Amino acid sequence: MTETPSNGLHFVRRELAEARKPPSQEIGPLAWARRNLFGSIFDTVLTVLALLALLWILPDLINWLFVNAIWHGTDRTFCATVAQGGIQPDGWSGACWAFVGDKFQFYMFGSYPVDERWRPTLVFAIFALTLAPLLIPKAPYKVANALAALIVMPVISFFLLHGGVFGLPVVETALWGGLLVTLIISYVGIAVSLPVGILLALGRRSQMSVIRLLCVAFIELIRGVPLITVLFLASFMLPLFLPPGTSVDKFLRAVIGVSMFASAYMAEVIRGGLQAIPKGQFEGADSLGLSYWQKMGLIIMPQAIKLVIPGIVNTFIGMFKDTSLVSIISMYDLLGIVRASFADANWVTAVTPLTGLIFAGFVFWLFCFSMSRYSNFIERHLDTGHKR
Amino acid sequence: MTMEEADLSAPRQPARVAFYNDPFWRSLAYQVLTAAILAGLLVWMWLNTLENLKRANLASGFGFLQSRAGFDLAQTLIPYSSDSSYFRALEVGLLNTLAVAALGIVTTTILGLLVGVGRLSSNWLIRKLATVYVEGFRNIPLLVIIFFWYKGVLNALPNVRESIVMPFGMILNNRGFYFPAPLFGEGSIFILAALVAGIVAAVIWSRRAKAQQMATGSRPPVFWVNVALVLGLPVLVFLVLGAPLTFDPPVAGKFNISGGSFIGPEFMSLYLALSFYTAAFIAEIVRAGIRGVPKGQTEAAYALGIQPGRTMRLVILPQALRIIIPPMTSQYLNLTKNSSLAVAIGYADLVAVGGTILNQTGRAIEVVAIWLAIYVSISLATSLFMNWFNRKMALVER
Repeated sequence: MTETPSNGLHFVRRELAEARKPPSQEIGPLAWARRNLFGSIFDTVLTVLALLALLWILPDLINWLFVNAIWHGTDRTFCATVAQGGIQPDGWSGACWAFVGDKFQFYMFGSYPVDERWRPTLVFAIFALTLAPLLIPKAPYKVANALAALIVMPVISFFLLHGGVFGLPVVETALWGGLLVTLIISYVGIAVSLPVGILLALGRRSQMSVIRLLCVAFIELIRGVPLITVLFLASFMLPLFLPPGTSVDKFLRAVIGVSMFASAYMAEVIRGGLQAIPKGQFEGADSLGLSYWQKMGLIIMPQAIKLVIPGIVNTFIGMFKDTSLVSIISMYDLLGIVRASFADANWVTAVTPLTGLIFAGFVFWLFCFSMSRYSNFIERHLDTGHKR
Repeated sequence: MTMEEADLSAPRQPARVAFYNDPFWRSLAYQVLTAAILAGLLVWMWLNTLENLKRANLASGFGFLQSRAGFDLAQTLIPYSSDSSYFRALEVGLLNTLAVAALGIVTTTILGLLVGVGRLSSNWLIRKLATVYVEGFRNIPLLVIIFFWYKGVLNALPNVRESIVMPFGMILNNRGFYFPAPLFGEGSIFILAALVAGIVAAVIWSRRAKAQQMATGSRPPVFWVNVALVLGLPVLVFLVLGAPLTFDPPVAGKFNISGGSFIGPEFMSLYLALSFYTAAFIAEIVRAGIRGVPKGQTEAAYALGIQPGRTMRLVILPQALRIIIPPMTSQYLNLTKNSSLAVAIGYADLVAVGGTILNQTGRAIEVVAIWLAIYVSISLATSLFMNWFNRKMALVER
C-alpha cells in the first residue's frame, strides 16, 4: 500500500514513544480539587457552603465529644457545673464518658448478679468462637460449624445463662439486661426467622390453596402492622390464649413477637429470590425425578438464597435495630438499660442522657455497619459470574 | 379432524397408583389436615381466652368505647377533653398518627431526594457528606434517634422565662414551639373555593396544552400559567374580600404562654426523627433509581440536542420514577408504621392512646384488634393504590 517516498527514505519507529507526563494542571492535589470540588460555579458554591457548615459544626462537636469531655469521675459532681452543684466551671458542656465508664458493666449485663457475670462473658466468648469460623468463607467444616452455632450453642448458652444445672444458681430472665438481651433476642430472631421465612415463602407459592391462603394471611397481617403492636399482642394476648395458670416468661414473649415479625419480612425477601429463578430450573429438577423437598433443597433454594443475600442481611440489620423496641414493653435491652440509667440519682446531670444515648447509638451502629460491610463482602465472594 | 389427531388428543389411561400416592388426594389430605389442626388450635385458644376472661372478671365487646375516657391528651387536632369517650380518644390518636405521618413524608421526601442526588454528585465533598449521612442514619435504631431529639436536643432548649423569641411572634422553648394562630374571618370559604377552582383550571389547561403540543408541535406556557391559577386565584379572592385573616399571636407570660398555636416537643422530636431516619433509606432508593436508567438515554437525549436540564426532567426522571416509586411507597408505609414509636415519648398517636385505654380497661383483645384493623387497612389501601399506579406507569413494551 505504502508508496516509497521520492527520496527513498523510510521512517519507521521501532520503539514506543515514551509517554509524556500529563500537563502539570492535570495532576496533583490542585488539579484534583479543581476537578472534584470546583468543577463548575454551582459546584464551587456547594463546596464553599459545605465547608462553612463543617467549620461551623465540627469544632463544637469535637470539643463536646472529646476535648471538653470528662473521662474519669465517680459521681455526678464531675459532670455538672458549679451552678448545678458540680465542679465544672459555669457554661461548661461536654460529654460525660465517666458516666458510661461507670455504667459499662450494667450496660453489658443489666442486673445480672455480679458474681455470676463470668457466665454471660463465657457465652459471649463461645458466641464469638462458633460464629467467627462460620463467617470466614475459607474455614472448613461448615456444616458442623453451622450445627454448633445454630443448635448446640443456643442450648449451652441457655443453660449457662439461666442456670439450675451443674450446681449453677438460677438467674431469672428478669435480671438479664443490656447488650446481652439485645444480642440474645436478635440471635434467636435470626435463627428462627430464616427457616420459618423459607417455609412461609414456599407456602405462599404452594399449589395447595389452603396453605397458600394461610401463609399470605400471616405474612400480610404481620407486615401491615408496626412491630410495637406485635409486641403488645405477644405480651398481652399470649397469656390470654394459653390455659389458665400457665405463665409465659416476659422475655420469651418478646422473643416470640420479634421472631414472628422477622419471619414475615424474611418470607417476602426469600419469595423475591424464588421468583427470580427461571422456570427451567424447576422443570429440570422435576424431570430428574426429584421430590418436592429435594428439588427445593438441592436446586432452587441454594440459588434463590444466593440472589437475595443483601435482602436477608438487610432484614437482619432491621431486626437488630428493632430489638430496641422491646424497651417499650418495659424490658431492659441495651437502649432500655441506658434509659434506666438516666434515673440514677448519683449521676443525674444535664449531659448524661445525651452521652448515654450517643453511646447506645454507637454500639448499635457498630454492629449494623459491620453486618452491612460483611454482606457486601460475601456478595462479591459468592458472585460466580451469573450476573449479566 | 383426522383419525390420528383424535387418537393423540384422546385422554390416555393414567398409570394406576394407589390413592395415597395420587397428588390430588395427597394435597387434599395435607390441606384438610392443616385446616383441622389450625381450627383445633383456634378453638382451644378461644376456650382458653373465655376461661381467662371469666377468671379475671373482664367483660368483652366494643361497648366500652362509648364510656368516658377520663384522661387528657396534650395535643389534639379535634376538640377533646377528659369527658370525651374512648372512641373520641382513638379518633384523636388516629388523626395524630396521620398528621405526623403526612408531614414526615413531605419532609423526608425532600431530604431524601437531596441526599440521594448528593450521593451521585460530581462534587467529592458533597458525595462524602451524603454517604456519611446515609451510613450513619441507616445503622442506628429509630428509637435512639427519637430519644436523641427528645432528651438531647429539645430538652436543652431554654425554659419558659428565657424563651427564644423569633420573628413573626414565634416563640421556642422547652415546652414546645409557639406560633401565631391564623383566624379566618367571614367569607374565607370562598378562598378555599378559589383554590379548588384554580387547581381544576390548571389541570384542564395542562391537558389542553398537551393536546395542542401533540397536534401542532408548539407548546403553550404551562408552568407559569398554572402557578398563576393555583396561587394567584386564591390570593386575588383574598384581596377582593378585604383580607379577612387575623393572627392570634402567642403572648409570653411569666410562667406560661397564652394564645397562639403550639407544637409540643413530643411531636417535634418524633417528626424530626422520622424524617431524618427515613430520608437515609429514600436517598438510597433515589440513587438506585437514577443509576438504573441506562447512560445511553442521556447520550441519546444530548445527541438530539436536548439541554441537560430538560434531559434530566423529560428523559431521565420519568424513567427513574418508575424504578423509584414502588420502594418509595413502602418507605412511606414504614414511616407511617414507625410513627407508632410515639408511645415511647408520649405523643398521643393511635398506639399511645390505645395503650392508655388498654391499661385503664384491660380490654387487650379489643384494643389490639382495633390497632390491627386500622394499620392493616392503611397498608391495604396503599398497596391497592400502588398496584393501580404501577399498572398505569408500567412500561408499554413491544
